[in-house]
Amino acid sequence: MTDLCEGGMDDLWSIAVVLLQVWFSVMIGFIMIPAMFGLSLGVTSVYIQILVKILEWATLRIERGHRERSTLPVPAPLPFGLIQREGGSMEQEMGELRRYRTQSISRGEFALSDSFYFYIKGLESIVDDQVTQRFSSEELVSWNLLTRTNHNFHYISLRLTVIWGLGVIIRYCVLFPLRITLAIIGLTWLVIGTTLVGFLPNKRLKNWLSELVHLMCYRICARGLSATIQYHNKENKPQKGGICVANHTSPIDIVILANDGCYAMVGQSHGGLMGVIQRSMVRSCPHVWFERSEMRDRNAVTSRLRAHVAAKTNLPILIFPEGTCINNTSVMMFKKGSFEIGGTIYPVAIKYDPRFGDAFWNSAKYNMVNYLLRMMTSWAIVVNVWYLPPMTRREGEDAAQFANRVKSAIAHQGGLLDMAWDGSLKRAKVKEEFKEQQQKMYSSMVMGKKGRNSQEPHTESTRRQ
Amino acid sequence: MGSRASTLLREEEIEEIKKETGFSHSQITRLYSRFTSLDKGENGTLSREDFQRIPELAINPLGDRIINAFFPEGEDQVNFRGFMRTLAHFRPIEDNEKNKDPTASEPLNSRSNKLLFAFRLYDLDRDDKISRDELLQVLRMMVGVNISDEQLGSIADRTIQEADQNGDNSISFNEFIKVLEKVDVEQKMSIRFLH
Repeated sequence: MTDLCEGGMDDLWSIAVVLLQVWFSVMIGFIMIPAMFGLSLGVTSVYIQILVKILEWATLRIERGHRERSTLPVPAPLPFGLIQREGGSMEQEMGELRRYRTQSISRGEFALSDSFYFYIKGLESIVDDQVTQRFSSEELVSWNLLTRTNHNFHYISLRLTVIWGLGVIIRYCVLFPLRITLAIIGLTWLVIGTTLVGFLPNKRLKNWLSELVHLMCYRICARGLSATIQYHNKENKPQKGGICVANHTSPIDIVILANDGCYAMVGQSHGGLMGVIQRSMVRSCPHVWFERSEMRDRNAVTSRLRAHVAAKTNLPILIFPEGTCINNTSVMMFKKGSFEIGGTIYPVAIKYDPRFGDAFWNSAKYNMVNYLLRMMTSWAIVVNVWYLPPMTRREGEDAAQFANRVKSAIAHQGGLLDMAWDGSLKRAKVKEEFKEQQQKMYSSMVMGKKGRNSQEPHTESTRRQ
Repeated sequence: MGSRASTLLREEEIEEIKKETGFSHSQITRLYSRFTSLDKGENGTLSREDFQRIPELAINPLGDRIINAFFPEGEDQVNFRGFMRTLAHFRPIEDNEKNKDPTASEPLNSRSNKLLFAFRLYDLDRDDKISRDELLQVLRMMVGVNISDEQLGSIADRTIQEADQNGDNSISFNEFIKVLEKVDVEQKMSIRFLH
């Protein structure tokens, strides 16, 4: 009996080994090698097209289901928010409130109705505010057959559920193992390759090989996410000795950008696996890794970056000035530190297509491993990358104004909302100064001063819709 | 399949809220999804911290008063019904509602209920009078440190003088209504919802 079982087990084992070998050769042949040379067999684009057709069918089915189910309208997400807000400044609104009084607004004075202005503003922000929604994933117009985006959509039909079930099987059992293997191969090759290149003495050969190695690895990693990237305006690609700034949505942004060019990364040096990768990368070409203690000293950071940029042969630095991940519907305040270094700024706008997978990393909710798992079980990552023309600081423009100018250009190109709020509001409380600004403005209205402040920086720009 | 699915609003609840507040079905579901997105603790109620996390509200000089208005006497949590009831005061007054059945109770968003809401934001101790101190408190919140105590005091005195009719040196609700009778409360104390 045991002999039979063992024989059976051996057979099973050999079949498994053969399957594994076939699996690997398929992968190496069809995915890795073309990826290494930047070619595409077109499989991914066919896959995307099929996906789009299926999703469109699913959308129609859901809409039909809603119409048959009830006479109530389908609650579609509102791109312009839940409510309509008054666009006026504090002075305009107060003036309207006080219209019934005989004194004009320049004479000052307090009216009991003045508080109405603040009440309404406060209640409007409770119902719908521009900031907190940026720190959670974008709401989809229609369900994209991923469990995780299923918030408002209920059971519609058997066919839809079957397709969804098939989708789950394909994503978790077919795509996921493939992607994980690719990612592991990509990262391993990155470490090995860069370490090997690090041993070469010759500068030019070393640089050329290092670029090759980096590109290959990032391309493999991109395949590991089924990423379809469309680059626009390649003539504006960042040059050596420049600084590349982009809007930040997820850690994958680095892979997306590095697929088309080599950058010097900037960041904190970590321990563990990340540390190994970081240290080996540095061997082949200079990146800028900071110790945690160094990060606090802004001058040290700026001078190191300045030194890197000054050596014109160094690769362009990649910086994300928002400082945190935003959900790809808006661009939040750019920290001016990156814009004080000098040199030419090459802005890049990155926009993900939310239908195929939610690329936003909600670091408050999910840790890195969880996030990568979710990435690898999405349909695909479809991205548009726009290279914008280089910008430099103008005469008389300070770093903060320059940062805003670049931010607006990126927001405009990517079709994102340009916001003045700080991305660090994800975790930190808003500064008291802004409340004090409002109090000051109101006080000048009460006292009836002639030379009033006319700028209302935060409440104005958040209505720039 | 997030936690929202498990606390989805039942149809009966939506109907009850509709009757009580006058919001439409779609407005209630949207506001529910707003409520859950503010509810970081995911326990079906909002605390004061949940409100203070909204940056635009945190920088509002009267933000704390507004937040207080949501919480019933002495409580620290507000559920969705309470949330909607407070928001209902700011629903615009539609024309068809003006011709409503006179025996039905006054809707939450009537002119006088809106004014009562505003009155209560001044009248903290609920004694139906805005005293000089209560007025000064609100004034101080609105102007911050930019006006001296004496100036603020005289502004408060002038305001009470204008409004006070029965000479008790405080503003009652009726006096409040009288002062604001020309203000377009319907427009200025309403939030316009986009369907």
